[in-house]
Amino acid sequence: MKIIILGAGQVGASTAEVLSGEANDVTLVDIDANQLRQLQDRLDIRTVPGNAAYPDVLSRAGAEDADLLLAVTNSDEINMVACTVASALFDTPTKMARIRAQEYLAYREIFDGDAFPIDVLISPEQILTNHIMRLVEYPSAIQVLDFAGGRIQLAGVRAYEGGPMVGHPLSELKDHMPNVEARVAAIYRTDKVITPTARTVVKQKDEVFFVAARENLNDVISEMRNVDHSAKRVMLAGGGNIGFRLATNLERKGYSVKIIERNPACAEGVADRLDNTVVLLGDAADEELLKQENIDSMDVFCAVTNNDEANILSALLAKRLGAHRVMALINRAVYVELFEESDLDVVISPRLATVGSILAHIRRGDIVALHSLRGGRAEAIEAIAHGDQDSSRVVGRKVRDLPLPPGTVIGAILRGEEVLIAHKDTVVESEDHVILFVVDKKFIAEVERLFQVDVLYL
Amino acid sequence: MQYRVVMKIVGVLLVMFSTTLIPPVLLSYLYNDGASGPFIIAFFSTLLTGTVLWLFNNDVSQDMRYRDGFMVVVLFWTVLALYGAIPLYLVHKPLLSFTDAVFESMSGLTTTGATVLEGLDVLPESVRYYRQQLQWLGGMGIIVLAVAVMPMLGVGGMQLFRAETPGPMKDTKLTPRITETAKALWYIYLGLTVACALSYRLAGMSWFDAVAHSFSTVAIGGFSTHDASLGYFDSAAVDMVAIVFMLIAGVNFTLHFLAWQTKSLAAYAHDNEVVVFLVGTLAAAVFAIVMLGVYQAYSDPVDLIRQGLLQTVSIATTTGFTTGGYHWWPSFLPVFLLLLSFIGGCAGSTAGGIKVMRIVLLYRQWRREIVRLIHPNAMLPLKLGGKPVSDTVSNAVWGFFSLYMLSFAVLGVVMSATGEDWITAFSAVAACLNNLGPGLGDVAQNYSSVSTWGKWVLCFSMLLGRLELFTLLVLFSGAFWRS
Repeated sequence: MKIIILGAGQVGASTAEVLSGEANDVTLVDIDANQLRQLQDRLDIRTVPGNAAYPDVLSRAGAEDADLLLAVTNSDEINMVACTVASALFDTPTKMARIRAQEYLAYREIFDGDAFPIDVLISPEQILTNHIMRLVEYPSAIQVLDFAGGRIQLAGVRAYEGGPMVGHPLSELKDHMPNVEARVAAIYRTDKVITPTARTVVKQKDEVFFVAARENLNDVISEMRNVDHSAKRVMLAGGGNIGFRLATNLERKGYSVKIIERNPACAEGVADRLDNTVVLLGDAADEELLKQENIDSMDVFCAVTNNDEANILSALLAKRLGAHRVMALINRAVYVELFEESDLDVVISPRLATVGSILAHIRRGDIVALHSLRGGRAEAIEAIAHGDQDSSRVVGRKVRDLPLPPGTVIGAILRGEEVLIAHKDTVVESEDHVILFVVDKKFIAEVERLFQVDVLYL
Repeated sequence: MQYRVVMKIVGVLLVMFSTTLIPPVLLSYLYNDGASGPFIIAFFSTLLTGTVLWLFNNDVSQDMRYRDGFMVVVLFWTVLALYGAIPLYLVHKPLLSFTDAVFESMSGLTTTGATVLEGLDVLPESVRYYRQQLQWLGGMGIIVLAVAVMPMLGVGGMQLFRAETPGPMKDTKLTPRITETAKALWYIYLGLTVACALSYRLAGMSWFDAVAHSFSTVAIGGFSTHDASLGYFDSAAVDMVAIVFMLIAGVNFTLHFLAWQTKSLAAYAHDNEVVVFLVGTLAAAVFAIVMLGVYQAYSDPVDLIRQGLLQTVSIATTTGFTTGGYHWWPSFLPVFLLLLSFIGGCAGSTAGGIKVMRIVLLYRQWRREIVRLIHPNAMLPLKLGGKPVSDTVSNAVWGFFSLYMLSFAVLGVVMSATGEDWITAFSAVAACLNNLGPGLGDVAQNYSSVSTWGKWVLCFSMLLGRLELFTLLVLFSGAFWRS
């Protein structure tokens, strides 16, 4: 696939990295030639320096025969104009753009017509906020991902002593919870993947990924560990874009929220726009401030500034001072790996969260949702099965008979409004939403092919 | 330095190179020339060495770093010159010493075209073909070929690519992916070779000669299957084909790619470098023809124009085909042509020399210094094709230029120390450094009279010129070896 990415910032660079690794032809455009040179040394991509909205820059980036334009520069306006230019001059088939400003998003209809023809609007901040919200809501999970509009969820839990299932084979899950259905998709044991079978025994410190209906999620989590009482008090470090969105959502759901922000202007702005949140002016790594604000009685401390180091340090400090559960937003891939085994309860990688939502539109086959996990090595996909027994390789077949690549597990199926947890004998029907967990990304292409309808039969 | 990564890649490259020894074997059977043995031995020893290096290091999975890239390129070119010399050393006709075999092989791969052989016409066909093929592989760069056909080199391929391709600005990729870029370059190269071979055939060569000469023409090498070089054919049509294809091969291949992609010639017209290259070369040819006329070097005017044009283009592009030789031309003309070869072809072409792009940039800087004397307060950015050139590039050009001249001077002195006279020593170093081929004095026809030491000095010069100094010289810096 020929892809042009505009903007070599966090999102642009990490999407370029993932996409070029999957043998796409990626061209990256940015105004900063230095930044481009560094990326070109590291990645197998072409780079074009220049203003991303100018026609000749787009032309040099190969817009004539590009399949997809992904506009993720810092400026909403440049993203919008670039999509318009690409549409008017080069007739680019798919155009995705990041639009941040609520002022535009409130009038969605401007993106439907010919004025700003954008096929997919992406809002990394919104994706990230939802991601963190789910983690706050499920205080025992290290990861919770939505499928089928939130009816089905994939959760990752670290197994601890105290969980009834720990030390027992998976076949007993049914006996523990006769009324609840769930499917364990993968178990990570000291960084090795285990594809679960009925005889697999859950051990302490295992990272267990399972699929279940939303209402059953907590029951399953409680099998793996002692469940934390649900959170009430949340402290956020950083009152930027994400901090503000989080606070708004948390407020609405009845949490008591405190934000620490060091920039006076920013703190004032946040305070003006929030009603019940306490906005504190100061340094999130200031021990005295944290103590004064009762850090030891906080259920969740979440560091979401745009500085990795500050997030890590303040979260570690909060943990030391007694916060129950600490999370840190970490951009750099190296840091994410470095701190996965530390005192930090949850490491949030914004890279993975946003790249997943972009990948969902790039993959072949009808893919509704896609999430990148485990540093991008694994993927969870919601794909729609189309066609009939002849034209599709999945429809009309039992799960057991599907030619799935190794390490690939079908977790659940959404049929109409009904959530089915997949069994060996479940038969896939047309228009089913199938939720799959793929342990190794190199098999993604095979999975995609599985869900493509054979054109000869259409 | 990650030695095992380097060894693994060199192993892979050797395995790939070994397959290029199969065509001479087949040809040897076809012509029944009795020279298949050396090629078979060379094939198996290359394949074996490569396989051993590859398999014993197959478990390493680290990415290649900058230094490893330079090491791979230099090591591979050196190793390749040695392995490429095996068949030439083993074959009974010609009987070559080890030094001569390596010299011939290095001269082939670097597309220099300097030879130690006499009596080419009576050599076995397989040997005659093999020399041409060496030039062809070296022209576009055998590592570029490897990047094209072996996706396993991946991102590291860019390091290798950059270390091997000539020119001051190497970051422009034709396509987003490096393997696709390398493939595109080789397709163009292959296409030009086929077109050139067909043209030679139409001009009256035999199939064997047509293919053989197309290899050395498009690679801007200059080897021939005959002692008399192109003069053997004594045909105006052959000369014309050679002139056209030498000029085409001297143009930046990026432009060929753009022209082919957009199906228009506009790309050439908008490029400063190509215009300077073509206009400059033709102007030099006209000047040479006029001077030859003034000195009455040829009695027949048609002969004069043909010789003047062919020789000038051949030397200026650093090909080094000769018809009657240029060394006996009157007055300053031989030195004038030799100096032209310092300029060479365009960046990103198969030609040697300093490259027109660098000369254009140097010229604009000279002019800027003069303008600055007149307008001391003027802002004078350095521009190429209407776009400003960064200081990094202009500094690199100056560094390259001064080091090139220094290398020429030092190697010339060293060459004189091996017992050659001045003209022979300095012209031989110039001809080898510029990947030209024929020099002046004792090396005007061939290099057989040069001493053993002298040949090794020239081998080094050829590699230095082909890898554009820095890729090779970086290995001689202390910083490179300190971890």
